[in-house]
Amino acid sequence: MKPKNPPDKQAELEQAAGNGLLHRRALLASGAVGLAGAGLSIGATAAAAEPLTEPQWGLEIGEDTPPYQTPSPFAKNIVRTLTNPKFEPRSSLSRTPHHLLEGSITPNGLHFTINHTGIPLIDPVKHKLLIHGLVKQPQVFTLDALLRYPLHSRPAFVECGGNSAPLFSPKPIQADLQALHGLSSCAEWTGVKLSILLEECGIDPSAKWMIAEGGDAPHLMRSVPLSKGQDDAMIALFQNGEPLMPGNGYPMRLLLPGWEGNLNIKFVRRIKLTTEPAMSFWESQVYTEPMPKGKSYNFTFINEVKSFITRPSPGLDLKQPGIYELSGIAYSGRGKITKVMVSADGGKSWAEAALQGPVQSKAFTRFRLPWRWNGGPAILQSRAWDDQGAFQPTRAAFVAERSQLDKEPPVTAFRNHHANVITSWAVSSSGKVTHTYA
Amino acid sequence: MRKVLALIGLALASPALAETPHLGKPVSASDMARWDIDISRDGKWLPPGDGTAAQGAPIFAAKCAVCHGDGGRGTDAAHKGQPAPPVLVNDVKFKPIDASTTSIANYWPYAPPLFGYIRAAMPWNEPRTLSDHEVYALTAYILAESKLIDPKLVLNAKTLAKVQMPNRNGFLPRFPELMPK
Repeated sequence: MKPKNPPDKQAELEQAAGNGLLHRRALLASGAVGLAGAGLSIGATAAAAEPLTEPQWGLEIGEDTPPYQTPSPFAKNIVRTLTNPKFEPRSSLSRTPHHLLEGSITPNGLHFTINHTGIPLIDPVKHKLLIHGLVKQPQVFTLDALLRYPLHSRPAFVECGGNSAPLFSPKPIQADLQALHGLSSCAEWTGVKLSILLEECGIDPSAKWMIAEGGDAPHLMRSVPLSKGQDDAMIALFQNGEPLMPGNGYPMRLLLPGWEGNLNIKFVRRIKLTTEPAMSFWESQVYTEPMPKGKSYNFTFINEVKSFITRPSPGLDLKQPGIYELSGIAYSGRGKITKVMVSADGGKSWAEAALQGPVQSKAFTRFRLPWRWNGGPAILQSRAWDDQGAFQPTRAAFVAERSQLDKEPPVTAFRNHHANVITSWAVSSSGKVTHTYA
Repeated sequence: MRKVLALIGLALASPALAETPHLGKPVSASDMARWDIDISRDGKWLPPGDGTAAQGAPIFAAKCAVCHGDGGRGTDAAHKGQPAPPVLVNDVKFKPIDASTTSIANYWPYAPPLFGYIRAAMPWNEPRTLSDHEVYALTAYILAESKLIDPKLVLNAKTLAKVQMPNRNGFLPRFPELMPK
C-alpha cells in the first residue's frame, strides 16, 4: 500500500528527538499502515511464525481454584529482593521489582517494606489507636470503630527517604532498577481522614506538631507538622482493596501522601499533639542529609519529583534493533506530574513522553514513548516535572548542590538520603543495558 | 477581612461541623501513662529516677553488646561496612555528605531523645522491658563512653536535660516553609 507521505518525510514527522525517539503518539496515531510506510514494522523483516499446534494446557483439566490466588509459577521471578534473608538482628528491607511490573499500582505482595524488628503479628481486635497530648479529650479508637467512619480512598506512593541512595556514588553502581529505586511503591489506600479524628478529640490551639508512634517493637516515633495531619493525612486500613499487608502496617498505618516513607508510621498506635518535635533517633540521625558544607538537612518531609525508565533497564537487554516502547514511572510528593521528557542520546535532545491518565496527585504516573533502536549505542534518560514547577536535577546540578561520595558505597548502604537526580541507562551496540551517569 | 471570611468558609466546609461518628473512648492520663513514652527534646517529660555509667556498663555488656559491640563500638560486620546495627560510640570525625560517619557524639542535636529511644525500642529483642533506672544507667554509659558527660555524673531528668550536644546547631530544616511557626 502506498503511504500518504513519502517514507522519509513521514519518518521525519514521527521523529521527536535524536537517536530514534519517536513522537509519543506515533504508534497510536499512525496505525499499522503508517508504520509500514515509515519503515517501522518489525514484521516486515521477521521470519515467518511456526505452524500453530494445540498446546497441552488446552487439552487437559487445569489446576483447582485456591481461596487466595497467587501469581503463575511462570511469573515466580517477579519478587522483591531482600536485604536480610536470614533474619539477623537488624532491619529487613524488601524492594519492588519495577522492571518487571507495569501500570501505576504496586501489587500488595510486591510493595516495598522496611521493618526494623521483624513484622509484628497484631491482633486487629486488640490493637488500639490513642490520640492525646494537646487535645481537649484524649481518646482511644479501635479498628472496629474506625470502620464505621466515612472512608476515603486515594492512590499514593510511599517512598523511603533512602530510596535511590546508590546515586550518591561517584561512579554509577552496576545494579538493577530494583536495587537502585526499589524502595518506592504505589497503592490505593483506603481509610479514615485523620482530620476527622483530631477534630473529635478537640485540637488545642497551641498544638503545632504531632508525634506518631508505631505499635511494633521499635515503637518508631516521628514528628509531623500538625498542618499535614489536618490536610491529607489518613489512618489507612486498606491497601489496594484488601486489609493492609502485615509488612505495610496491618491493621492500620498513618499515611502522609507524598511525604518521606518513614513518617508514614505503620502499626500506628499513638498520635500525640505537641508544641515541639520529638527529635527522635529517626529524625536526629537516620533521616537527615549531611550537606557538602558541614550542616545537615533535617525534616525532609517531601519526596521530591522523580522518574526512572523501567523498560528497558539493567537486566532487560535488547535482543534486536527495531521498535521498542520505553516505559517508566514518575511521581512527586508535591502534586501531579505534568510532563516527562525522555532522551536517547544522553540529554542532547528530548522528546515528551505520553502520560497514562488519569494523572493523580502524589501517585505513580506511568509514562511511555516509542523508540526505534538503530542498534547503536544509546543513553536513555527520563526527567519529570510536577504541577508545582519542580523538576528533576541533572547529574551536574545534583552533584553541585548535594555533592557525591568519595568512593563507591555498598549498593545497600544509605550514605545519604533523598536523591532525585536523573537516572541514565546506557544501551551498548550489543543491546546490553547498564547504569551510567550522563 | 478576606482572610477571616476565608477561615469562616473553611470552618463551614470542615468535617468537624458535619456529623461524625464520635466512636473514640475517653482515656485518663493514668490509663495512658504506660504508652506516653516520648521524651521532649529539652527533657521536660523525662521520668523520675536516675542511673550512672558504672551501673550501665554491666547492663550494656549483658543486653546490648551482642548487637552494638563491646562498649558500643560496633560489631565486625559494622566495621566492614556491612548492614549491621549502628555503632554507638566511635571517634570518627563527621564528614559532610557521608552519613556513615555520623554518631551520637558528633551528630545528635539533643541528648534526652537517647533516653527516649532506648526506653521505646531497646533491647532489640525485648523492648519495653528495661526499668527507667536501667534506661538512665544505659544512657549515662553511652554518653560517658562518648565523652559527652563526666563518667561519675548521676544522670536524671535534670542532669540529662543539661547535657550539651556538640552538633546542636548543625541542622537546617529542608523545608523551612513547612516548619510550624
